[in-house]
Amino acid sequence: MADTPKPEKTARINHIPPLMKGWMDTPVEIKPGIYCYGAKPKNTKAVGMPYPKEWNPTDDDWQLPENWKDIIDEGLRDRRDKYRSMKLFMDICVRCGACADKCHFFIGSGDPKNMPVLRAELFRSVYRKKFTLGGKIFGKFAGARDLDEDVLKEWWYYLYQCTECRRCSIFCPYGIDTAEVTILGRELTNLVGLNIDWIAGPVANCNRTGNHLGIQPHAYIDMLDFFVDEIEDITGLRMEPDINRKGAEILFVTPSGDVFADPGTFTAMGYLMLFHYLKSLGLDITWSTYASEGGNFGFFTSHEMAKRLNAKMYSEAERLGVKWILGGECGHMWRVINQYMDTFNGPPDFMEEPVSPITGTKFKNANATKLVHIVEFTADLMKHNKLKLDKSRNDHLKVTFHDSCNTARAMGFLEEPRYVLNNVCNNFYEMPPNTIREQTFCCGSGSGLNAGENMEVRMRGGLPRANAVKYVHEKFGVNMLSCICAIDRAVLPNSMDYWVPGVDVCGLHELVANALVFEGEKKRTLDLRAEYLPGMEDEEDV
Amino acid sequence: MNFIISILFSGIAVSVIVLIPWICIGAIDGAFMRSLFGIIIPYAAIATFLIGIVVRVISWSRSPVPFRIPTTAGQEWSFPWIKSNPIDNPKGMGGVILRMIFEVLLFRSLFRNTRLEYLNDENGPKINYEWEKWLWLAALAFHYSFLVIFLRHFRFFLDPIPGFVHVLESLDGFMQLGIIPFNGFGMPGVYITDGLLLAAVTYLFVRRIYIHQVRYISLPADYFPLFIILGLGLTGVLMRYAIRVDITAVKELSISLFQFSPKVPDGIGVIFFIHLFLLCVLIAYFPFSKLMHMAGIFLSPTRNMANNNRFKRHVNPWNYPVKFHTYAAYEDEFREKMIEAGIPVDKGVEATSESGKKE
Ligand code: HEM
Ligand code: SF4
Ligand code: SF4
Repeated sequence: MADTPKPEKTARINHIPPLMKGWMDTPVEIKPGIYCYGAKPKNTKAVGMPYPKEWNPTDDDWQLPENWKDIIDEGLRDRRDKYRSMKLFMDICVRCGACADKCHFFIGSGDPKNMPVLRAELFRSVYRKKFTLGGKIFGKFAGARDLDEDVLKEWWYYLYQCTECRRCSIFCPYGIDTAEVTILGRELTNLVGLNIDWIAGPVANCNRTGNHLGIQPHAYIDMLDFFVDEIEDITGLRMEPDINRKGAEILFVTPSGDVFADPGTFTAMGYLMLFHYLKSLGLDITWSTYASEGGNFGFFTSHEMAKRLNAKMYSEAERLGVKWILGGECGHMWRVINQYMDTFNGPPDFMEEPVSPITGTKFKNANATKLVHIVEFTADLMKHNKLKLDKSRNDHLKVTFHDSCNTARAMGFLEEPRYVLNNVCNNFYEMPPNTIREQTFCCGSGSGLNAGENMEVRMRGGLPRANAVKYVHEKFGVNMLSCICAIDRAVLPNSMDYWVPGVDVCGLHELVANALVFEGEKKRTLDLRAEYLPGMEDEEDV
Repeated sequence: MNFIISILFSGIAVSVIVLIPWICIGAIDGAFMRSLFGIIIPYAAIATFLIGIVVRVISWSRSPVPFRIPTTAGQEWSFPWIKSNPIDNPKGMGGVILRMIFEVLLFRSLFRNTRLEYLNDENGPKINYEWEKWLWLAALAFHYSFLVIFLRHFRFFLDPIPGFVHVLESLDGFMQLGIIPFNGFGMPGVYITDGLLLAAVTYLFVRRIYIHQVRYISLPADYFPLFIILGLGLTGVLMRYAIRVDITAVKELSISLFQFSPKVPDGIGVIFFIHLFLLCVLIAYFPFSKLMHMAGIFLSPTRNMANNNRFKRHVNPWNYPVKFHTYAAYEDEFREKMIEAGIPVDKGVEATSESGKKE
């Protein structure tokens, strides 16, 4: 694995592209620390992806199938005829450059091919050669080029340096969404057996065990039991989560990352505590081991794989006979739910319009998909004063909020999390306006790029976000970066340690559970991380 | 390829395009050349333009929109007590129409533009997002002057001159009211849009060279239309303020073209033919180029769709069933472990041995 350079070195970034040498004359160089390992054959085989093989992206020979050009050609034609987005985005870019300096990977690396417009041009150039008259006649002068192995490698290298965050699309006068180009481009690389293992592995796991981490059902229970013990230590109360229970009113689906890795685990504990709190108020909810993954790395592979993995949610809901589904805090999970799920696998007519059993609120905005976001569910509880909260328990934290790309730009879920945050903590500070809400920056490791071997590019991509955190860290003393995404919770701690030491990362429901005042709980001296609550440092821990 | 080659390539191409009518009319001349450049090429260009656009738009619309993928740029519609942003995150048709109006008439997305400023000193990196509305301003100035100039040309296409042309001319030429001294010297009134158009196009060209990133991404196809439009504007301005042509004859020609009884009157200067030929090249090039953004923006799925997927079903016309790993298969694999861990199962222990037998 490549050594990650020190931050001082990484921060020396040149944003000025070469003057005299054009990008088409600059061949790709596959650098350690930037690229991810190639997909292992056992993982691609497990889900029936074509051309499984042992390969290394730094090898000269990528062991492509003999007719790989025909495969790509056909794949390109097929997608052109199936996706208007693709056709249109290939045709109408004016190269105005409005998107150029909006991508976190360009900002953090200075690599000009990380400018969204150029990322798309890598692709467009081949498209022009194949499908446009000008491209055929004028070649390079029309910005067109042939597809050869080097071009394919260049595609691969830069398609897996885009986190599909859509920030560029916000600024484009025509809404050209480079994420869409990346999504379809990655589909093409998959057709010739070129995935990365950090995506292929979770996909294979999720297919078999129901979640990315490959947690088998009994181990899933062990994890929840562990949380139950932890929570008992802190509150004196014993949670009783239901698993795979038929006849429950609501099915709860959340990303598995939160069940297995800190600091996501504290968010998972938060969910358990909220559900326990609401039980006596009428909440009837179950977890599932079969649909134990909210996230969807299939979405980073192909639309078809996304659909296959996503299908489990409705299938499980039908089997258990629930009325609706509650979804946990996750970014791309909500992109899929909001923009794809019903189209993929709906309509889920066996369910009912979601209604909060506690407040009676009808979630009209979810009555087709039947999926409610846990943050809107909680916000509604707070609005109706159903939760007894002691904000001061979060007084040791100065909190800021990171909007996840997908909930911000593929949903518009901006106010609900802030409402919840303001109800559970006293010190909330926003980062600068160009870095939040619809203009939010990616964590730098989304869309399946949160591997270990590409740590350098992750830190580079994470720089704009980290820099905004640094601003509030220095100005207001912010020490906690809250978010509603499991990938964020898995990756932002790295990027904070690297760029802004002294800032931790948490999910919203960790803070909710800290503040939640239970009937009959013991005197709370510790937060969910088993650290002392403000003013409790001298208390005996019982 | 680098920016110099790109500029040279486009520059030479446009020079040749200027020279062709110059030589053919100015040097060779004759009835055939005049009909060629006055009648045949204009008709061919307009036909290419119209048919080309229609064909392209039809081709776009033949590819379906399988998923509803608006880019949301504001708060979604949710609870009544949360204020939503119906323009940047439309919930239905009305919002989408508003959003499109803002995009098309005011270039709202471009208005968000910022400029990256990256500093790195002993305190570490610092990233600023600076004010940058020049592209937006220049693009607006360019498109609106283009539009106004186009509309003003109706004075040559229609007889009598329609009322709106007079209104535009007096608004556009308000500088005539003695503010500018040119009037007294027998110069025609100066139109603001003429200057604006040339200035905006010049800016759009210059920024392609001096903004590093834009220089790097620019292709000959980006300089070419700018040069053509610059040539078009310059020849137009020349005709108006310096090398006068016989306006009555030009008007006769254009009206005859519109009435489909084309006739090229005598006495029209070369400069007009250059102007006309540049226009013909521009519109004939239009359907094959990035200029199609004009039509494309209306079809852009990230802008023209409502963010209502959770409450309104979107159907993918080519949706097909997929095989997924079913619960039954999952339980078959893990049944024993599930039972041991106390997780409810559908089939019970007997099934375990059964499925074991089958394998
Ligand atoms: C509807 C919304 C539109 C938007 C947002 C838009 C935006 C833009 C932008 C940003 C540029 C700058 C290109 C550069 O940096 O050089 C441009 C160029 C141009 N646009 Fe538009 N445009 C629109 C509609 C139109 C329409 C209706 C026309 C009609 C003829 C048109 C014709 C042109 C031309 C001729 C150029 C200049 C040539 C070039 O730069 O290549 N546009 N447009
Ligand atoms: S903002 Fe849009 S039109 Fe401009 S360069 Fe980027 S993708 Fe192309
Ligand atoms: S989607 Fe995000 S990561 Fe990809 S090019 Fe656009 S800004 Fe960069």
